Amino acid sequence: MSARTVEAPSTAAPAAAKPGPGERAVHRRRALWFWVFVGPFAAGLALFTYVPLLWSVWLSFFDAHNTVTPTHFVGLDNYTAMLSDAAFRDSLLTFALFTAFIVPATYVLSLALALMVNRVRRLRAFFRSVFFLPAACSYVVAALIWKMSIFNGVRFGLANTVLDLFGAEPVAWLSTTDPPWYWLVVVTVRLWLQAGFYMILFLAGLQRIDPVLYEAAAVDGARPGWQVLRHITLPQLRATSVAVVLLLVINAFQAFDEFYNLLSDARGYPPYARPPLVYLYYTALGQGQNLGLGSAGAVILALIIGVVTVGQARWFGLGRRNADG
Amino acid sequence: MDDALVRAGRALRLVVLIVLAVLFLIPFYLLVRNGLSSEQDITSPEWTLFPSELHWDNVRELFEDPSVPFARSLLDSALIAVATTAGTVLLASLAGYGLARIPYRHADTVFYAVLGTLMVPAAVTFVPSFVLVSTLGWISTLRGLIVPTLFSAFACFVFRQYFLGFPRELEDAAQVDGLGPWRTYWRIVVPNARPVFAAVGTIVFIGAWNAFLWPLVIGQDQSAWTVQVALSSFTTAQVVRLHELFLAAAVSILPLLLVFLCFQRWIVAGVERSGID
Repeated sequence: MSARTVEAPSTAAPAAAKPGPGERAVHRRRALWFWVFVGPFAAGLALFTYVPLLWSVWLSFFDAHNTVTPTHFVGLDNYTAMLSDAAFRDSLLTFALFTAFIVPATYVLSLALALMVNRVRRLRAFFRSVFFLPAACSYVVAALIWKMSIFNGVRFGLANTVLDLFGAEPVAWLSTTDPPWYWLVVVTVRLWLQAGFYMILFLAGLQRIDPVLYEAAAVDGARPGWQVLRHITLPQLRATSVAVVLLLVINAFQAFDEFYNLLSDARGYPPYARPPLVYLYYTALGQGQNLGLGSAGAVILALIIGVVTVGQARWFGLGRRNADG
Repeated sequence: MDDALVRAGRALRLVVLIVLAVLFLIPFYLLVRNGLSSEQDITSPEWTLFPSELHWDNVRELFEDPSVPFARSLLDSALIAVATTAGTVLLASLAGYGLARIPYRHADTVFYAVLGTLMVPAAVTFVPSFVLVSTLGWISTLRGLIVPTLFSAFACFVFRQYFLGFPRELEDAAQVDGLGPWRTYWRIVVPNARPVFAAVGTIVFIGAWNAFLWPLVIGQDQSAWTVQVALSSFTTAQVVRLHELFLAAAVSILPLLLVFLCFQRWIVAGVERSGID
């Protein structure tokens, strides 16, 4: 380290004018090694992410029924068809509703779990493991438990058994839209699966808070509990909170697994409760395989999620100097 | 009196935690309870916490049922998850190291190209990816299920961030000893970076085992169903044998629970790394 810092200024001055032959060889060797390390990954990413994206943009301007090499150019027809399709707009509405339920619910539950687990003295590792464990479960398995056992519409379903204890009639949780009980099922399954994951993020954030701040607050007479939470803990968790909300919204936008497995049955998927990816799945890969329309949908969704992500980051002032906790 | 209040608060917290813990564990219990029950015990209108009798022979029934390709899909899922994990970690760690450590003129451009794909999640682009994979003729093949998922921008990003903070002295010493970048990487860097490999590896493994949308789109033949797709199609089938379904689901999460309990500290480290950086 010391040798190089001494050497650097003396060689840097003359070399700045024109790279000598030795330096060019160094550059070439570096480029070679760079591509040895990065090349395979970059090539794969280009082939399996950028190529499909560009191809899809191209397809979206064509009538591409059951084909990936269409010839009939239709201009923006697929886009206008998509945007004027009530079902597509419904899917965006479904996403908006889902986000409105799941983001605050997960935020509050995971933060509460983190605060409690952080303060508890006994069995801390046990509680952390228990709340985090559902993250190992797949949405398919969780949806299966919710659909076939807890929220089974027949009498033996667990929720209906509990209702029966109070003398209430059994509820057809998933097959009725009036009232739309399926929201309760869809939201609770995701809440169970992901609350522990975000709890871990909050726990990490809590660990980073300087204990001196709490001591200072106690000296200033802040009462432990709500006051400390509001004026010390929450502001200190700002960076974590921003990351959590961003992740929650992006993940809600990609919801597919639990909707598909909870709501579809041997007769197919009901016309309601179709978030964007479910809608896209049936449009692009269902009967007729309208890949042009599906591609237009994918492009629109990709744009939406890009705008939402950037917009949120701006809104929260991500990258502001004091945002990092 | 204040002291009593604090103690009461502490007790209350413990009670709330215990209640929540029980609620969080109920779904797991239901899986095992129903998986080892007879069909009558599951569907009886008189629901009981414990089934009247445990049917361990359900296990043999599940694996011997010819109408359900469960054992095969379990093996396929294991193969896919292991291959995906090994491939992803290998490719992403090399790329992350190159991006962090090799001062190449266009390194920043490449890095932003990688970062850009994080903005558009893979789930949204399943239609174009499907188009590509079907053009390659990879529908219903293991290749189609594994290869397109190997290039994780997220994993690459985590490795790059980690290697940026890796102590340079070790690599400098290796260079003095005459080791080139390749051997420095394998002999010096990898053995000293085990935590990040373990963290990324376990998270990728869990994701690969639990993946659903991509395997559903690609695994169109029953012969290419992963365990998740198989479970899903049993769940949505006309006739459902509930005890078999629950037992299959329980068996399917067993490997993950083991991974989870054994590698928890790496997973936690990985989650912490992935969320904020």
